Amino acid sequence: MMTLASGHFGSLGMAAMTDPVAASAASIHVRGLTVRRGERLLFETLDFDVAPGNVLLVRGPNGVGKSTLLMTLAGIVRAEAGTVEGIEPTGLHLLNYQSGLKSRLSVGENLKFWRDMNGASGLTPEAALERVGIAALIGLEAGYLSSGQLRRLSLARLLVSRRPIWLLDEPSAALDAAGEALLGQLIDAHRATGGMAIIATHHDLPLAEPAGIDTLVLQ
Amino acid sequence: MSAFSALIARELKLAFRAGGEALVLVLFFVMVGVIVPFAIGPDRPMLTRLSPGIVWIAAFLSTLLGLDRLFRADDEDGSLTLLRHSALPLEAIVFGKLIAHWLVTAVPLLLATPVLALLLSMSFEQWGRCALALLIGTPALTAFGAIGAAVTVGLRRGGLVAPVLILPLAIPVMIFGVGMMDPMTGGGATLFLLALSLVVTAFSPFAAALALRAAGE
Repeated sequence: MMTLASGHFGSLGMAAMTDPVAASAASIHVRGLTVRRGERLLFETLDFDVAPGNVLLVRGPNGVGKSTLLMTLAGIVRAEAGTVEGIEPTGLHLLNYQSGLKSRLSVGENLKFWRDMNGASGLTPEAALERVGIAALIGLEAGYLSSGQLRRLSLARLLVSRRPIWLLDEPSAALDAAGEALLGQLIDAHRATGGMAIIATHHDLPLAEPAGIDTLVLQ
Repeated sequence: MSAFSALIARELKLAFRAGGEALVLVLFFVMVGVIVPFAIGPDRPMLTRLSPGIVWIAAFLSTLLGLDRLFRADDEDGSLTLLRHSALPLEAIVFGKLIAHWLVTAVPLLLATPVLALLLSMSFEQWGRCALALLIGTPALTAFGAIGAAVTVGLRRGGLVAPVLILPLAIPVMIFGVGMMDPMTGGGATLFLLALSLVVTAFSPFAAALALRAAGE
């Protein structure tokens, strides 16, 4: 039996400021989430939980509200009703079709900027670029990158600041086969340290550990 | 580097690499000063008398023109969304962007005032007052502009809407700015302008952040 008083979550929230991944002991609890875009009701009274080390795959046809669900969890879009517990704005990484990268800054400058903004709690920029396989491009302006390379650079952003929750919207878009394998490894490594991921995708991601992967189908 | 200084450094870097934009604003500022003597005719005492108003109109217009770039680029590439998950609150991010924007758009105007002073046959003393008035007044213009830019960030042609929106708000800046350049009433106007600048600069990051949050939906 578990009773989750709000004070309990408050203290975990405090811990998140000092060591984000240690605080990932806080599961995500979503209850009765209802989101409306304009006049259209996207989904109603959605319930789900994500425990540390687990992955939630969000599936469904185009336009059903997968991206909106992630934006709601990220605190950008306001929910009409329902509660989201266990997600702090500074405890998550959002990866969607917008890269947040400046074409006139070099690859290294872009990455260092996000590391400074989000906290230098993860890999160094050099190590993160090495990990995603674009270490040689560190001095190149981001405007010259291909969309696959941009996506790898966006993944490097998740590695330079450690945060317990990854919200990934079609993370494999523009990635080649090696890139998809890399993405799977990164998510596996993230899960191994107690991280959680909520992933909206049409693809089957190559994840090593099938246990702990739930699927949420929106219709 | 701290998050706040990293943000300002990035904004300055982007402004210098994009180059042209700040220069165009300065050229626009000077251009107004070039046109007016032709429009008024070769009446030097009259030019001298009108110069405070002309300088402020020039500064006003070029500040408004530069507004659009404040949040739009960050909104389009998604940085604005991602910045909301950074270690800084959105208000502090707006404030940092405001400082950087002022450095990039207003400081070049201050540096260009001697040229304008020459074109409008201002005395050395008048030029000094003019530069001081712009130094004190432009933060208020930039801060008002940040609110306008934030409110219109989601509109496609927002660049033209924002100036119209903040124009009425910014009129007091103009009144006290011009008043400050009058040696008779200068003292009181200086204090008013100073107070206005401080209040608006303190208040606008909150208003702009509120507007940006609403625009994100």
